[in-house]
Amino acid sequence: MTPIKHVAGRAIPFGRKNVDTDVIIPSHYLKTITREGLGKGAFETIRREPGNIFDTPEYAGAPILIAGDNFGCGSSREHAAWALLDMGLTCVIAPSFSDIFSGNAFKNGILTVVLPQEAVDRLIEVAQTDPIDIDLETQTVTTPFQDRFTFEIDPFRKACLLDGLDEVGLTLAQGDIISAHEAGLRAQLPFLASANA
Amino acid sequence: MSKKLRTLYEKIWDAHVVERRDDGTCLVYIDRHLVHEVTSPQAFEALRVAGRKVRRPDLTLAVPDHNLPTTARRDAAGKPIPIADAESAAQLDALTRNAHAFGIRLIGDADAEQGIVHVVGPEQGFSLPGATIVCGDSHTACHGGLGALAFGIGTSEVEHVLATQTLLLKQSKSMEVRVEGDLGPGVSAKDVVLHICGQLGAAGGTGYVIEYTGSAIRNLSIEGRLTISNMAIEHGARAGLVAPDETTFAYVKGRPYAPKGADWDKAVAWWKSLATDPGATYDKVVVINAADIEPTVTWGTSPEDTVAIGGVVPAPESFADASKQEAARKSLDYMGLTPGQKLAEVEVQNIFIGSCTNSRIEDLRAAAEVLRGRHKAANVKWAIVVPGSGLVKAQAEAEGLHEVFIAAGLEWREPGCSACLGMNPDKVPAGERCASTSNRNFVGRQGPGARTHLVSPAMAAAAAVTGRLTDVRELMR
Ligand code: SF4
Repeated sequence: MTPIKHVAGRAIPFGRKNVDTDVIIPSHYLKTITREGLGKGAFETIRREPGNIFDTPEYAGAPILIAGDNFGCGSSREHAAWALLDMGLTCVIAPSFSDIFSGNAFKNGILTVVLPQEAVDRLIEVAQTDPIDIDLETQTVTTPFQDRFTFEIDPFRKACLLDGLDEVGLTLAQGDIISAHEAGLRAQLPFLASANA
Repeated sequence: MSKKLRTLYEKIWDAHVVERRDDGTCLVYIDRHLVHEVTSPQAFEALRVAGRKVRRPDLTLAVPDHNLPTTARRDAAGKPIPIADAESAAQLDALTRNAHAFGIRLIGDADAEQGIVHVVGPEQGFSLPGATIVCGDSHTACHGGLGALAFGIGTSEVEHVLATQTLLLKQSKSMEVRVEGDLGPGVSAKDVVLHICGQLGAAGGTGYVIEYTGSAIRNLSIEGRLTISNMAIEHGARAGLVAPDETTFAYVKGRPYAPKGADWDKAVAWWKSLATDPGATYDKVVVINAADIEPTVTWGTSPEDTVAIGGVVPAPESFADASKQEAARKSLDYMGLTPGQKLAEVEVQNIFIGSCTNSRIEDLRAAAEVLRGRHKAANVKWAIVVPGSGLVKAQAEAEGLHEVFIAAGLEWREPGCSACLGMNPDKVPAGERCASTSNRNFVGRQGPGARTHLVSPAMAAAAAVTGRLTDVRELMR
């Protein structure tokens, strides 16, 4: 995964509450076999609204999305995270996220930043005209206007994101304890240790 | 030294912990991994991109089920009939290619053993008591009917298991749902689990692993226990469990992947030791009287929306909670039902007997029993029976059940998920009702605008005969 230390640039001031994963990526896109290309279906229903924020030229390629409360609720589809990544987003800021969505986002290298509603409102205001800066090392969000908000993040997730480590890679590095467990299984519970038809 | 008293869940959990971290997260070993075509392509893709291998292809079994058509798959000359939907075909094709590329056994559409993963796993003896079993599908809890710790996972987790044969998990709380007493005539395992969904609510089991206990559960066959555990997720629990016993051992013995010889004796001894210690405590206990359970149907768009077949559609105002009132209003609108309406007067146009909840041989026998010598009602336009696997199909045909279905005007299909979720061409038309033996009555689950009433196989058969939701006891001889 690409390490995330710093995300800076334009932020899409979306702000809507309770955006579920069906809005992020409608179910008719779920029959794909790759992670790429889902950006074209992201926020499809919203993009049908004339003048919608996602198709406003100045936000094209923006790396940050500012959302409302409970972002990513609904079905657990991981396609929602893939769709955001495919749009070029690497960070989402919101007052709260659904647990499953923030887990999926993390697993795919997207930083989710939780800030109080007032801070999110201020960032939405700034994002109308100016860029936003997120520093993961110091856990701060800043603007060109001296705004400075700090956020909390699970230390394990922070370390993984900073180093671009994915969970699979980390667990693979523990191959020896997994092998030891397998050896124990072969000795104690051989019928579980292998499956032969 | 006194040993801590443990539940079945805690014993299985402890036996699989590879490493326990300070924050309570555990690296848990996974014994069996079932893979189907919908949630695996991106996991395999990620392995390929990172240059990673499947750690234990021998503990992994791939079976296509969701997208397969249930009509004939080969022409008269034995050549495969192409699948019309390009995306379905691409997912199925990807599973075949990935299984070959990563050295995983594939039970493909042409194999006699093909079927729904949750039917195939137990049937092949691949799913075993005491094992940790995962699959990229929320109804993986099904295998808990054998006493396995089984649960659904997302695509990133599928990748994690493929690469490492482990998962990072936090232990859940434990709940006992005890069903005591004898089930009345016409009341099946499906009615029991629908009743549990109604009692607990769709989120009642959230954060728990549920062990189903009590004489009513003990007296069920493995098929019935699989039906109950299958719907654990529909009352919020990630996994369900029934303690392995003599019924379980008799079911597992002799199946293709089942332990053999000295291994068998070792296995049985271990399985017996897994039973919850007398005096061990659960975080929560719910007791249900079996005599209170009647043939049950759903009226709404959540599996918690259950009512006995003799009952009426509830009024939204009858619910205490404001958000449930609102949800009930929306449900009734979607379902085209009015408060006070008798369920037994609701006409149905479609019948679906199938899905990983109710497509095993016992389910088909129960449906055939009701349909024998009868015919579906004229207003029932579409009625299909979809066996859970090729082996179930063969067994049913050996017993002549298919002839009963066909004589009654029902279609006898090839195995797969079918109208449970309508990813293949089997869908319920918008605005029409279906008496369905599947597990989810969500909005649009069986097709856009489709109205689902969840029922048992015998109740679905009864509805086919009368053309309306019907108390199967009226048709019992
Ligand atoms: S039968 Fe239905 S619930 Fe079961 S695995 Fe298939 S789609 Fe999922």
